[in-house]
Amino acid sequence: MNDNSTAPGWTRADAPQSAALTQSALTSLWRTFNGFLEWFGELGIFVWQVMRAAVRRPFEGRELIRQLDEVGSKSLPLVALAGSAIGAVLALETRHSLIQFGAKSMLPAAIVFSIIHETGPVVTGLVISGRVGAGIGAELGSMKVTEQIDAIEASGVNPYKLLAFTRILACILVLPLLTLAADFCGVVVGWIADTIAEPISFHKFIHAGFAGTSFNDFLAPTFRTAVFGLIIGTVASFQGMRSEGGTEGVGRSATSSVVLSSLFVILADVILVKLILVFFP
Amino acid sequence: MLASDTITLRETQSSAYRATEHAERSGAGPAVVLQGLHKSFGTQKVLDGIELTVGSGKTLAVLGRSGTGKSVLLKLIIGLQKPDAGSIRVHGQEITSAGAEQVNQIRKTIGFLFQHAALYDSLTVAENVAFPLRRHTKLTASERGDRIRELLSAVGMEGDLEKMPSDLSGGMQKRVGLARALALEPGILLLDEPTAGLDPITSREIDELILKLQEERDVASIVVTHDLHSAKIIADRVVLLHKGNVVIEGTFQELEKSDDQFVAEFFKRDS
Repeated sequence: MNDNSTAPGWTRADAPQSAALTQSALTSLWRTFNGFLEWFGELGIFVWQVMRAAVRRPFEGRELIRQLDEVGSKSLPLVALAGSAIGAVLALETRHSLIQFGAKSMLPAAIVFSIIHETGPVVTGLVISGRVGAGIGAELGSMKVTEQIDAIEASGVNPYKLLAFTRILACILVLPLLTLAADFCGVVVGWIADTIAEPISFHKFIHAGFAGTSFNDFLAPTFRTAVFGLIIGTVASFQGMRSEGGTEGVGRSATSSVVLSSLFVILADVILVKLILVFFP
Repeated sequence: MLASDTITLRETQSSAYRATEHAERSGAGPAVVLQGLHKSFGTQKVLDGIELTVGSGKTLAVLGRSGTGKSVLLKLIIGLQKPDAGSIRVHGQEITSAGAEQVNQIRKTIGFLFQHAALYDSLTVAENVAFPLRRHTKLTASERGDRIRELLSAVGMEGDLEKMPSDLSGGMQKRVGLARALALEPGILLLDEPTAGLDPITSREIDELILKLQEERDVASIVVTHDLHSAKIIADRVVLLHKGNVVIEGTFQELEKSDDQFVAEFFKRDS
């Protein structure tokens, strides 16, 4: 029988140390799991408070317009740039692969289908979760640690409605529009990249690109970014409004807003793609 | 004691309570009544059965060492934090059991000056003062503008309407915070260290403003402060907190003369 105590380099004196290490690892695992559950519990309470505040007057139209500008207009250049880069890269990479298989004529369809179905929505979601998620997390975090959120509440105004709901709604409304912009830039730059390699008219490119696509191919993937907007707005507002611990805490809120919202956007994408395939085959 | 006596005593207490509550609601009674207030953060007990009453038009100064729950006390009164136990009545309305809408209505009658002013850093000075006016009054833009200038003039900041909070010194921020707290003409003012970090001249101006509000508008104030000189000028009564409890309550002069070792220690620095 192979007794551990007789294994090379192992003595009976090591046993308590090993048990302590195991216990410490288990405790740490339990704490992580507990923290995870606690986070979800607090997120649930936060969402409930936002929903309750959202249905009560006044509806904070001014702040919503400010947030639409902040989330939408100011993100447009970055989203357009990201969409353009995807279009160019897809055209260059796919062209090479399709030539190898003798399917060069499929290039416009491959670019359009890929951008509209997956890369446009996901890249827009991730770019916005970086730019807007960090912005919301840092702004609300800073307001929390400097007691500005308390001051809003003390003056009889609901901060869940004024700060969180307006940002969440702005993200939901703006994400599909930004996705359209990213898709448009991607397709146009994809055509430019393609036409530089081998001239093709824009009309012909678009005709070939959209030949096999229906309205559903376009609608469902674009509107799934509204769910990304819901995730980004909710997670970033939640992380910001629970910020604590001074400037370090604000930094943590901004980082965690980006990390968590990006993670949930990717997870939601997997689930939504499956659902879209089921409901819009 | 006979059962009938007990019932009579209960009825008397109950009607006395109702009479007090009625007086508070009609504005004739105390502005703020705290009873058996307990608050802990984890294992740390911050307030341990506080009992306080502040009458309309009176100023109560709350003294105590740092970390004795003075700021927490103010946040409990305005409903930013919930007590573990006890009762908080503001103008006769119980805030601990009130719904969100009712708490917001009560908050409109209270002006709160935060320790570090807590101005909204994305808004100008004028917009900060306009914030409660825009939300809770039906003033026209020009009426609102007049009111903002009046409030800022009262705190000596009439020339800084378009400045951002980041362009102001700590003392100036505090004065704007006070103007914002006064915007809705509150019946109660909660001031968290209003003179901390201010120069003696500005401190005196703030003290004079509090006294003026007390005289002219019958505003009840609870002032958390470490500034004994300010407490002596503005406060009708002073309480000293220690280990979550009120150690002593009285006029400033009464506290100054106290034989209690802790009270004497506290007042020794300025004597």
